[in-house]
Amino acid sequence: MMDRRNLLKLMALTGSLVIPVGRQAWAAVGDDSQATRRKLVVVMLRGAVDGLNVVAPYGDANYARLRPTIGLARPGQDGGALDLDGYFGLHPALASLQALWEQKKLAFIHASGSPDATRSHFDAQDYLESGTPGRKSTQDGWLNRLLTVLPGTATPTRAISIGPLMPRILGGRAPATNLAAGAAGTKQSILDRPQIGSAFDQMYQGSDKYASAYQDGRDAHKEIMTASMQDEMQAANGGAPLPNGFPNDAAHLAKLMRNDPKIQIAFVALGGWDTHANQGNGKGQLANRLAPLGQGLATLAQGLGPMFDDTTIVVMSEFGRTARQNGNGGTDHGHGNVMWVLGGGVAGGKVYGDWQGLGEAQLHEGRDLPVTTDFRSVLAQVSERHLRLSDQQLVQVFPAMPAANPGLNFLRS
Amino acid sequence: MKLPIRFAVLTLLSVSALAATAAPLSSDQQALHVLDRLGYGPKPGDIDRVKHMGVERYIDSQLQPESIPLPAALSQRLSTLDASNASAGEVLSEFLAVRKVANDGDDAAKQKRREVVGKIVEQNAEARIARAIDSPRQLEEVMVDFWFNHFNVYGGKGLDRALIGSYERDAIRPYVLGSFRDLLGATAKHPAMLFYLDNWLSTGNDYQARPFRKGAAQGQKAKATGLNENYARELMELHTLGVDTGYTQKDVTELARMLTGWSFEPRELARNNRTFRFDAQRHDMGDKEWLGHHVGAQGQGEGEFALDVLAMHPATARHLSYQLAQYFVLDNPPPQLVERMSKRYLETKGNIREVLRTLFHSPEFMAAGAVGAKFKTPYQYVISAARAGQMPITNVRPLLGALNQLGMPLYGAQTPDGYKNTEAAWLNPDALARRITFATALAAGRLPLNKAAGQDNNVANAPAATAAEPPLDAKTLLNTLGPAISAKTRATINNNPAALRAAMVLGSPDFMQR
Repeated sequence: MMDRRNLLKLMALTGSLVIPVGRQAWAAVGDDSQATRRKLVVVMLRGAVDGLNVVAPYGDANYARLRPTIGLARPGQDGGALDLDGYFGLHPALASLQALWEQKKLAFIHASGSPDATRSHFDAQDYLESGTPGRKSTQDGWLNRLLTVLPGTATPTRAISIGPLMPRILGGRAPATNLAAGAAGTKQSILDRPQIGSAFDQMYQGSDKYASAYQDGRDAHKEIMTASMQDEMQAANGGAPLPNGFPNDAAHLAKLMRNDPKIQIAFVALGGWDTHANQGNGKGQLANRLAPLGQGLATLAQGLGPMFDDTTIVVMSEFGRTARQNGNGGTDHGHGNVMWVLGGGVAGGKVYGDWQGLGEAQLHEGRDLPVTTDFRSVLAQVSERHLRLSDQQLVQVFPAMPAANPGLNFLRS
Repeated sequence: MKLPIRFAVLTLLSVSALAATAAPLSSDQQALHVLDRLGYGPKPGDIDRVKHMGVERYIDSQLQPESIPLPAALSQRLSTLDASNASAGEVLSEFLAVRKVANDGDDAAKQKRREVVGKIVEQNAEARIARAIDSPRQLEEVMVDFWFNHFNVYGGKGLDRALIGSYERDAIRPYVLGSFRDLLGATAKHPAMLFYLDNWLSTGNDYQARPFRKGAAQGQKAKATGLNENYARELMELHTLGVDTGYTQKDVTELARMLTGWSFEPRELARNNRTFRFDAQRHDMGDKEWLGHHVGAQGQGEGEFALDVLAMHPATARHLSYQLAQYFVLDNPPPQLVERMSKRYLETKGNIREVLRTLFHSPEFMAAGAVGAKFKTPYQYVISAARAGQMPITNVRPLLGALNQLGMPLYGAQTPDGYKNTEAAWLNPDALARRITFATALAAGRLPLNKAAGQDNNVANAPAATAAEPPLDAKTLLNTLGPAISAKTRATINNNPAALRAAMVLGSPDFMQR
C-alpha cells in the first residue's frame, strides 16, 4: 500500500506537485470564498443525551432530590459541577470547554427541543433532521434545504458529513459529501488510478440512477484529497494524534475546513447517549462520552484558528431524559434538553431559555423538562444572523416555523 | 392550450400502463429476480437451475428449508466452529473467566481476553457468512438477517459479546419462517435481549435488593432497584405495533411494570445454562391498565399476555407486512399488497411462512417495475459478490472488513432499530467508490480469503503483486449474472482492458441493485 507520505514523495519526484497550484486556484475564486466565509457545524448526539447532567441546575434543591446517585455534586466538591452562573453547572468532564465559556464564545439554551411529543428516538431524530416536527412525509433535511438557499456556487464539498452514511439532515437535492471517519476519509481511492478511474467513469456516465452520486463522489474526493495533502505538508511537524474518535475527527475537520474554503457546512453525529442504566455522575458512562466530545469541540475551535470567528457550532440531541433517575442508576426518555452553541459570534457565557425549574408542578407530565424553546428558533437565529438568510429563505428552510422568540438573543447581530 | 396537455397526459398514462402489463419478465429475469430477493443473488449455474425447476417450485421449496439438505462441506465447516456451537452458558462462562482475570491481571491476561473474545466474535461471524454464501436454503438466511435486524441486539455491548451467537442461533433462527408469537417470545426471554435493553435490571418500584442473597450477581443486585422502561418501549415501537399506533407514555410504563422480573442471572447462566428466569420478587404485583386492558397480578403471565396481545394486534400485522414488503419488493411498498399480507397474517395467527407465500406469489412482487428496484445493502452487496465469484473462502475477515468500510458492520448496529434497507439510507457518493474499491480487490484476487485466520492484516489495499488468489474471470461472472448486467454495461465492459473487466462487472451500477 502506498501511504500518503510516499505518494507525496513520488509526486515531488515526478514533478506533479499539484498543491501550490491548488492554492492559487482557490485564491482566484474570491467571490465564492466570500460567499462561503461563514461556517456552520452541527453536532448531533444520537440517543438523547441527559441535558440535566450536561448543564445541571444544581441551584434547584429538587435536582439533588430527583437524582440522589447520578446527580452532579455541587461546585467545589469532589467530582462536582463546574459553576457557570451560580445556578447552573457544567459537567466536569467538559472542563475543556471552560475557557470558551469564559471567553464568552459558548452558550447554552436550556429546556429546548422539538414541540412534537414523541419519545421515540427514531421519530424524534427524524424531526430534528427534517426540521418539520410532526410531519413524516418531508423528504429532505433542513441542512440540505439550507444549501439550496445559501449564496455562492454549489459544490459537492460545500457540505460534508463525517461518517459512513449520508445523514437524513443532508439528504435532498443539493449535493453533499460524506467522508469516512479517521484517516480513511482522505485515503487514496482505487479510482485515482487513471485506467481504473476512466473505466468506471465511462460505465457510470450512462447510469440513470447512479451517475450523479458517482460524479459527486469523484469530485468531492479530488477536492478533499487536495485539501488534506496540503495540510499534511503544513503540519509535517504537527503534534501527535489525539487519543480517540471525535477529537481526532474534529482536528481533521478543522484542517479540511481551513484548507478548503469551499466547505461551509459540516455535520457530525455521535452515538451512545441512551443511558437507561448505570450512567454515572461526575464519573462513569456519561462522563466517558462527554470528555472526548468536549475535547473535540475545543480542538475544533482551536484548529479553526481565525476561522472560528466566522463559525457557529450547534450541538443538539433528539430529546432530553427523565428528571428523576430510574431504579438502575439511569434515566428514561424525556422531553426538553439543552442545546449548545459555540462560535465567534456567540453572545456566550450565559444559559439562555425559559427555565421553569424542577418542581413537581413544573415538570412535563411529572417526569421531564417541558420544551419552552422550539429547536427551530435556535437554528433560525443561526440561519438569519450568522448565515444571513432572508425571511423568505428562512421559510424555505423551516416551513411552518413558530413565531420569532424575541427574548432569545444568543448571537450578536 | 388545453388539448396538447391532455394529449400528453394520455400518452404518459398509456406508456406506464404498457410498462406494467405488456412487458412480462423473461424466464431468465424471473429466475434472477427470485435469486436476488429470496436469496443473495446467483451462484454460477443458479439461473439455469431455477429455470429448470420452475420459479414457483423454487419459491415453494425455499419456504420449506428443512426439505433442502445442506451440502456436506458446509455442515462440516459449521461443525468445527466450537465457540459458535457452544451453549450460551458455556460461552458466557469462558467470557466471564477471562474478563475477571484480565480485570486484575497483567498484559498476558489482557492478551488472553482479547484472544478468547476475538475467537467468539469471529466464529459467530464465520457461521453467519459461510451460511449466507453457501447455504442452498437462501431464504432461511435472508430471513435470519431480516429478523435479527428487526429484533436487533448490538454485539458490542458488555455480555452481549458472548451472547450474540446464541441469540441468533436459539432465539432467531428456529423461528424465522414460523409463528411470529414464538419468535417474539424467544427474543423477549433471551439473555442477549434482556441485557441489551436493560429489562434484566427492571424491578417493581418497591423492590429492595437484599445485599447477600445467595447466587445473585453483585453488580446486577446493586443496580436493580426500580423500573426500567427501555425494553417495553422498543417492544411496542419497533418489535410489534410500530410507532404512532395509539399507545401512550402510560402504556409504556404499564407494560414495563408487567415485564418486571423477566430477567436472568449471569452466574446462573454461566453455571447451569439457565437463560431465562422469572423473578417473582422483582415483579410489580399491582394492577395495571394497559392498552385498554385491565391486568390483574399474574406474575409472569402478565408479560405472556402482553406478548399475545401484541403479536395478534392489527397494527403489528400492518407494521410487519410493511417491513417485509419493503425488504422484498420496493422501498415504498404497494399499499394493496401490504393490506393483503396483513389480512393473511391475521387469518393465519401470525404465520410468517404464509405471509411470505402471499408476498412471493403476488403480481406486485413479480412486476417489471420491482426488478432491480432495490439498492443492495452493504451486506447484500458483499455476500452477492462472494456468491457470484464463487472463490473458495476460508478466511472471512476481509469480508467483515468490507462490511465495516461500507458502514454496516456485522452485529454492529448500535441502536435497537437495526439497519435500514432502503436506497435513501445506503446510496451516497462515497458508498459507490468504496464498493468499487472492494469489487476491484475481490476481482483481482487481492483479498486473502483463503488464508488461515491471523495471517492477514489489512491487505485490501495491497498492490496486485502480492496476489492471494487467482483473479476472477469476467466471462464466467457475466454468465452467472445473466440479465442482471445490461447490454449497455456489457458493451462498456468489453471496451475496456481484459484485466479490468471482472472488477467492472462487480463494480457496475447494475450489480449495486437487486
